[in-house]
This record gives sequence, structure tokens and C-alpha cells, in this order.
Amino acid sequence: MIGEVWMVPALPLLGSVILGIFGGKISARAAAVVGAGSVGVAAVLAVWIAVGWFGAPPVGNAVTVPVWDWMNLPGFSARVGLLVDPVSLVLMLVISVIGFFIHLFSSEYMAGENGYSRYFAYLTLFVASMLLLVLANDLLVMFVGWEGVGVCSYLLVGFWFEEEKNGEAAQKSFIVTRIADIAMLVGILLLAVRFGTLDIGTVLHGAVAAWAPGGFWPAAVAVCLLVGGLGKSAQVPLQTWLPDAMAGPTPVSALIHAATMVTAGVYLVVRLHVLFLLAPGVLQGIGVGAAVTVLVAACAGLVQSDIKRVLAYSTMGQIGYMFLGLGVGAWGAAMFHLASHAIFKALLFLSSGAVSMRLHHEQNIFAMGGLRRKMPVAFAGFLVGAVCLAAVPVVGCGFFSKEYLLGAVWANNKVLWGVGIVGAFLTGVYIFRAVFTVFFGEAVAVSGGYGVRVIVPLAVLGVAALGFGWLQTPGFLGGAKVFSDVLAPVLGGGESVVPWWVAGVGMAAPLAGIALAYALHENGFWRRQGAAAPGVWEKFLQGGMGFDAVYRVLFVKPFLWVVWVLRDDPVDQVFGVLERAAVGLHRRLREEQDGKLRRYAGWMMAGSVATILVVVFS
Amino acid sequence: MSWQGAAGLALVLFCIGLAGLLARRNLVFVLMSVEMMLNAAGLLFIAAGMRWGTADGQIMFVMVLNLAGAELAVGLILLLRMRGRVRTLDGDAAVLLRDAS
Amino acid sequence: MVAVVTSLMAVTGKNPVHALLWFVVSLLAMAVVFFVLGAAFAAALEVIVYAGAIVVLFLFVVMMLSLDRAAWAREGSWIRGPVWVAPVGFVVVLGGALGWEIFSVPLPVRAGRAVLPAEVGLKMFSGDILAVEMASLLLLAGLVAAFHLARGSER
Repeated sequence: MIGEVWMVPALPLLGSVILGIFGGKISARAAAVVGAGSVGVAAVLAVWIAVGWFGAPPVGNAVTVPVWDWMNLPGFSARVGLLVDPVSLVLMLVISVIGFFIHLFSSEYMAGENGYSRYFAYLTLFVASMLLLVLANDLLVMFVGWEGVGVCSYLLVGFWFEEEKNGEAAQKSFIVTRIADIAMLVGILLLAVRFGTLDIGTVLHGAVAAWAPGGFWPAAVAVCLLVGGLGKSAQVPLQTWLPDAMAGPTPVSALIHAATMVTAGVYLVVRLHVLFLLAPGVLQGIGVGAAVTVLVAACAGLVQSDIKRVLAYSTMGQIGYMFLGLGVGAWGAAMFHLASHAIFKALLFLSSGAVSMRLHHEQNIFAMGGLRRKMPVAFAGFLVGAVCLAAVPVVGCGFFSKEYLLGAVWANNKVLWGVGIVGAFLTGVYIFRAVFTVFFGEAVAVSGGYGVRVIVPLAVLGVAALGFGWLQTPGFLGGAKVFSDVLAPVLGGGESVVPWWVAGVGMAAPLAGIALAYALHENGFWRRQGAAAPGVWEKFLQGGMGFDAVYRVLFVKPFLWVVWVLRDDPVDQVFGVLERAAVGLHRRLREEQDGKLRRYAGWMMAGSVATILVVVFS
Repeated sequence: MSWQGAAGLALVLFCIGLAGLLARRNLVFVLMSVEMMLNAAGLLFIAAGMRWGTADGQIMFVMVLNLAGAELAVGLILLLRMRGRVRTLDGDAAVLLRDAS
Repeated sequence: MVAVVTSLMAVTGKNPVHALLWFVVSLLAMAVVFFVLGAAFAAALEVIVYAGAIVVLFLFVVMMLSLDRAAWAREGSWIRGPVWVAPVGFVVVLGGALGWEIFSVPLPVRAGRAVLPAEVGLKMFSGDILAVEMASLLLLAGLVAAFHLARGSER
């Protein structure tokens, strides 16, 4: 049964191909069935494989399923194969199951849209690529999946391409991640050159054997690969694309920019953690960068008025937390937070989508209010999601994963832990700012209702969010270690013991944040802030702390200038000289052939005289 | 006179004819210069015949004469046809090969 | 000497008829030169055929063209100074080269032999009969061509 794991990415791919070819000709209902169905079957298959695995884990805890030989060159060979081990199992489950529910939600959210089947074609292609990415046992295959998700993200962000700014947002996301991908490609190529293969196991063994910790080469390769991961995961300094990518449909944001694609960077580091352990300097850098990202994201989230942008910045921050964990070597904790974040962030996005659906796709939180009675299901979903995001103690899974993570960070670096606590506080403030503004206060008018296809995903995700956390609990709440045990064979065990006051601060910070948000809500501060014209500080934060402006000056303008200078293609001009010379010569010579008698006679005589001279004097 | 002097005279006459051919625009004069050149060539043949003491030189001269006559006949007809076309005897006027470029 | 001078006058004349008359004089001088060289037959032929038939043909056509004083003036404008530079240049070069060739031959200057017409006739009609036949063919071709081209102009 594990041997059929190739069907898990293959089924959505097949669905995508069918929709791509026949999309225009089949009905919308059929398109939704093909799209959601292919991912659904893949999800069932994934669950079945996982159950079989956990029931009887195979020897060595990892199975490689070869699919075919790709290339065999002197000095390099690549085989396409799928690696099934606890890490990839977790991610496979996350992607396929959450993906299925998002497909289901989309079938109602996107009903009536132009290009309905095109949407599903792209979405299933994305799921297929992401599954390929996490199941790959070879860095080259992973890169294929990496690029695939990048392309699908571009296609889906720019789904409503008739509006120019959507296309620009899509381009921005694609270009920024592309630049990061080039760095990643450099890292991959370095590994390929050094080891002659990109098979992950071989490469990692080779790296440990060949390179000493702290050396130049592991650091160089690690940095290159890391840059690729930073780009995909929207971390500082490559985070500018994520808020603009909210121009895509909300389910897309839920799937791509919350649950899956942006976690690819985390997955990359976890998968190659052996290599990163050889470069401790890089790990420290990861930690610092993550801390910066957490703060930038939290501050920016405080002043956004578009609900999706609030969620985008929160995604940025939460992945910053995962990278924080990675920076201190807490791989398992990061994975746990990854899975838990996927659940509650998808829940948040889908809930906000449900809200917008009934408000004619309005997304400004200050245009909403008092919706908790009118949209109870959406309210419940969003509240559960917010509770998890803010890591309210005990109730939501977010608490457990963040606890686990911050505990591990404390054990390694107190400063980073401090930043994490500040971030947790700010997270509580900004997400509950959104909650109070949207769902409390004066009510606004709503229209329509939702069907079962919206309610079921929200319900399932809500229950999962509440329950998932109990897989890994700190000592004083039961000490369950299901999750870390599952991952232990790959990532090493890890339970850090923290002093009680550390855990206490960790629990108090989000509660304090919520309290502040509530107080300011009662005060009407948020409404006033929203209604007033943004001041300098707000504009700065809203614009993502000036990163866009800096990049525009540093990169975009010089690039456009170079393009302008080269617009006449100077290299071609050089060849144009040859062309013009030939044409000019031709024209000159043609003027000679005009029938002018004396000219002919003259040339004939000249030729004859020259010939005679040669003959006479040689 | 020596054959060399005759050859030299032939050369001079030939050169005069050549200069006339190149310089004159009126086609009548051009044809006349051609005749002059042919005449000079004939003189050269005669001189050579004298030098070697055979009759071949004069025979060749007869051939040259023959040629000159035939060529002149055709040339004059062409001259008249051209004059009918471009209304002038100017050699430089016959530039009808030029295309509109 | 005469030949040279008259030739020059012929080539540089403005009136075609005058130029032709200069040409005739030049041809007569040439006939005398032939005679001096001992080629009596050639001399006779020169006068009869060249000066008699060919130049007369020329004259007929020139008369047909009926050029007037305006034409002469135009002609004059066409042969101003600068026109002569290149041709004369060419010609000097050519003449110099060939002349050098001719006069540098260190052959003993042997007095030439006069060739009698009888001898020429004998040779022509026995040994070089082929050339004679071809010459007549050439004349035929010229005749036909002239006839055809002349007919076209009547239409």
C-alpha cells in the first residue's frame, strides 16, 4: 500500500489535466466534482497510508518508492522517487486533507465566476505540485515541485486578471520568489557538483562525511538554500510579496498562503536539517531574521484595514515563529506549529471568506460590524481560529504548538524567546482587534446565506483546531508526546523542561493582548483609528515598513533604467552595421548599371589598360 | 619606314581614337572614333606583315575592313533607332536601365 | 604626320560633317602610309572601301540627322576641358606602356619586304579561303541585322 504513494500526487495532477483540456466543455458542477474529487481521493489514500504506517511502521522508518530514472550523465544522475517518512507523512496529510476541504469550500465560494473550471485546474495542479515537493526524495524533483507551486501561485493570485493590479500582484509574488529560487538553485547546483547526485539521503550523508561543522562550504550551501526558503515563506527580507498576494481569491489564500506553499521553506530546512546543523552560523542568522520578521509582521498587522492583509501579516509572523524554532534546532516543534498553523490559518481565511461572501466581497473591517449574531457559523470559525492564533491557553491548538515552540527557544536563546513573547502579545492585540471590529459593535446589513459546502469545511477545521493540540501537551497538562514521538526517528526527540514562570509568561502574554484589544474596542479607539486618515507612522506600517519603497529604489528602478538604455538592442546595432554596409554597397553598385555608355566604356578601358599593364610589365 | 615607326603611328592613332571614344558624348563621334581605332589596328597588321614578309598582314587587314563595315552598318541603324527613342544623340541620355529607386 | 593631325581634328570636331571630312583626309594619309610600307593592295582597299564606302555611309546617315547650328553649339558645350582629363590620362598610360613595349624590342631593324597584290590574292583564295568565307558570312549577318532593325523604325 505504501508503494501506491505515487498516486497521491498523481491523482490531483490527473484532475488538473482533465480540467485543463476539457474545462471549457464540461459543466461547472462536473468541474467541481473532478477538482475536489481528485484531491479528496488523494486525501483518503493519504490517510489510509498514514494509518497503515502508524499501525506498523516499517523498518528504518523511511521508505523510498522509486518511480523512474530521470537522467544518467557522467558525474551526475537523478532518479525520481518518493520518500515516505514521518515528516513527509505529516505534510502529505496536511496538504491533501486541508486541500480537499478548501476545494469543497471553493466550489461554493467561486460559484458563478468566470473561469470556474480554470480555477479548479490551477488549484489541483497546485496540490499535485506541493505533494510532489514534500514527497520528493531528490532535490531536483523537489525543485520541480517548488517551481510548480510558484507558477500555480502566480496563476491563482492573478486569477482575476482583467484587473491590472491583480496581475501586478501576481507578477510581484512570482518575481520575488523567483529571485529566491535562483539562489536556491545555486545551492542545489553546488551540492550536485560536489556529490554527483541530489538524492537527499546520499547528499546528507556525504555532507556530514565531507564537511566539518562551521566550515565555509556547508554555510555557503545552507545560505543559498535558505534564501530560496525565505522567499517562498515570505520572511524578511523577501516578504514583500505576501500582502499583495491577497489579491487572489480567498480560498487560494487559505490554501497557498497559509497552509501549504509558504511552509515550503520550513519543510526545506527540516528536511535538510542535517546540513544546516553543519552551519551553526546560518542557524543563528535564521533565528535573528525570524525574530525581525515576527516583529515586523505583528506591527504591520496592527494597522491593516483589509481583513485579508491582517491575516497575511499574521501568516508572515507565524512562519517567523517556525523559523525561530528552526534557528534553535527545534525541528519537531517547528513541524508541530506548521501543522497546527495550517489548520487554524485555513480556518481563519475560510471564515473571512464566508463573511465577505455575504457582504458582496467587502474586505474592509471597518465596513463590517456586529456580525456575530447574523453569521454565527462564520463567527464561530473565526473565533476559534483567532483563539488558536493568539495562543489562548488550553483552548486552541495554537496554544500547545506555541508553548512547545517557545519552550524549545527558551532552552537555547533567551533573547529570541523574549521577542517571541512580545510577538505573542502583539498577535493577541491585532487579531482580536479584527475580531472585535468585525463581529462586535453595530451591525451592518448582510445578504444571502451559505450552503453545506461552506459550513462543513468550517466545522471540520474548527473541531480539528480545537482538538489537534492535544497531541502534544506540556507536562502539567498531561504530557502527551504523540507528535514528537512520531517524528522522533527522523528529527530526534525533544522535550525541553522550562521553569514554571516561563510557561506562565507565555500564557499571560496573549491574554494581555486580548484584554488590550477589548479595552480599545470598548473605547472606540479602533474605529477612530480606522476612520481617520492614516498618519505617517501608520502609513509606514501599513506599507510593510518601507520595504517596498527600498526595493523599488534599489532594484526596480535601476533594472528599468537598464532596460530603457538597452531598448534599441545595441548588440544588434553592431550587426546592423554589417547589414547597412551591405545594403549601401548594393545600392551604389546598382547605380552603376544604368546604361550610361561613357561610364561603361570608361570602365572597360580602365580594366583593359590595367590588364595590359600587368602583362607588359610582369 | 621601319615597321616600328608604323607600329608607333598605329599606336598614336589608336590612342587618339580611344580618347575620342571616352570623351565624346555625341554617338556619331563615338562611332567615328571606333572606326579610327579599327583603322589603326589594321595599320598595325600591315606593319607586322611587312616585318615578317608575308601576305598574312594584308589578308588580316581585309578582314578588319570587312568587320568595320558590318559593324558600322548595324551601329548606325541602332543610332537612328535610339534617336527615335530619346530624341537626341546624346550618349548620356540613354540611361533607361535605371529603375525607380 | 598628316595622319596624326587630321585624326586629332576629327576627334575634336564640333560639326560631324566636318569631322568626317577630316577623317577622310586621315584615311587618305593612311593609304599613303600603306603604300610606303609596300602594301599596295591594302592601300587601294583602304581608299576604295574604307574612305569610299564606309565613310560615305557615315555621311549619308549624318545628313539624315539634319543637325543645325544649335546642335553644333550644344556639341561644343559637351567637349569642354574637364571632359578630356580622364580619357587623355588613360590614353597616355596605355600609350606609354605599349610604346615602351614596341620600342624596347631589340630586334635587328631589317628592311621590310614589299608584298605584291598578286601574292596576297593567291594566298587569300587558297590558304585563307576559310577566312574569306567567314567574312562574307559576317557581311550577310550585318546586312540582315541592319535590314531588320531598319524596318522596325518605319512603323
